[in-house]
Amino acid sequence: MNPIRKQRLYALVAILIGSLLATWLVISALSQNMNLFYSPTEIKVAELNENTLIRAGGMVKTGSIIKDTNSLNVVFTVTDYQNDLEINYEGILPDLFAENAGVVVRGNLNTDGSFKAIEVLAKHDENYMPPEVAKLMQEDL
Amino acid sequence: MIKKWLIEMGSPPLFYKWSTKILPWLFISAILILGIGLFWGLLFAPTDYKQGDVYRILYIHVPSAILGQSIFMFMAFCGFINVIWRAKISGMMLKSAAPIGVSFTLLALVTGSIWGKPTWGTWWVWDARLTSTLILFFIYAALIGLHSTIEDKTKADRAVSILSIVGLAIIPVIKKSVDWWQTLHQPSTFTITSSPSMSPDMYQPLLLCLIGFYLFFALLLTLNLRNEILERERTKNWVKQLLGGAG
Repeated sequence: MNPIRKQRLYALVAILIGSLLATWLVISALSQNMNLFYSPTEIKVAELNENTLIRAGGMVKTGSIIKDTNSLNVVFTVTDYQNDLEINYEGILPDLFAENAGVVVRGNLNTDGSFKAIEVLAKHDENYMPPEVAKLMQEDL
Repeated sequence: MIKKWLIEMGSPPLFYKWSTKILPWLFISAILILGIGLFWGLLFAPTDYKQGDVYRILYIHVPSAILGQSIFMFMAFCGFINVIWRAKISGMMLKSAAPIGVSFTLLALVTGSIWGKPTWGTWWVWDARLTSTLILFFIYAALIGLHSTIEDKTKADRAVSILSIVGLAIIPVIKKSVDWWQTLHQPSTFTITSSPSMSPDMYQPLLLCLIGFYLFFALLLTLNLRNEILERERTKNWVKQLLGGAG
């Protein structure tokens, strides 16, 4: 490689490193703010004020969903397997909302420590399989 | 041997002649593989135990997202060659790939949105994966915009080359966003370290779709590049001869 090309190569590598470094700095400065939601443990530690609009997320605890028969009110518990958070919500739930499935809720804390959600989003995992396979796996467990 | 071939391919007229020969093969293989992959995935692959038939959109969403990122890496690679060796064809390649890359990225965003509504319950959320992909889309737009603002094509190529190398930093962020932060988007189904968390009769058509998308990209790139070559070399003798002296 001739000297001029070598020089250009060094310049390009410097640009790339600079750009990666800048991106890394931005990301580390934002750090926690890059997360979409807080876990129940983080919310417990943070001692948030009631009016702050936040997103909380975790798994819906098995057997915790209580649907009101006369309205769209629903109460359920979100857990990160360390702490729980009780969620109150009024509205239509996404199709994938289920026990033991991931969920992200937006809203604010009530004075009693429960959470008033204005939006419930369902998370789905990266596993895909036909129903028959899923059934077999259930039986294995 | 390889060096000689590379130098030959770097010459616009030789590349043009060579591409005329491979174009029909590229066309047939792209249509065939993409067709089989999509038919298989959209009609014959089993339904998902949780999402039902909705998940089938991944046969378009996943390949287009992968292509959006691969094309960007390809462009940065062309940019690299263009800056160091000043090979004219690498600049043309970079320019020809940009509109294809931006289209695939947009397709990934749109199909993701359509998939998000019935499964997550929202069209859009500002999580790290979605936001970083949107940034990629804007970087593509900036590259295309920058190229069209500079009159001198060679200078435009060089400017875009450098910007594409700067933009390369977004790719690892997109890739790792689902692992580094809590997102609504699920983590990758396919990883290098473990077997795919998807049953074989679902990922086989996906693999075919992915190969099909790559071939389709190669086809579009070749077509775009041929146009670009003719346009930039229109004053050269070989183009005049090719077009029967009409120009």
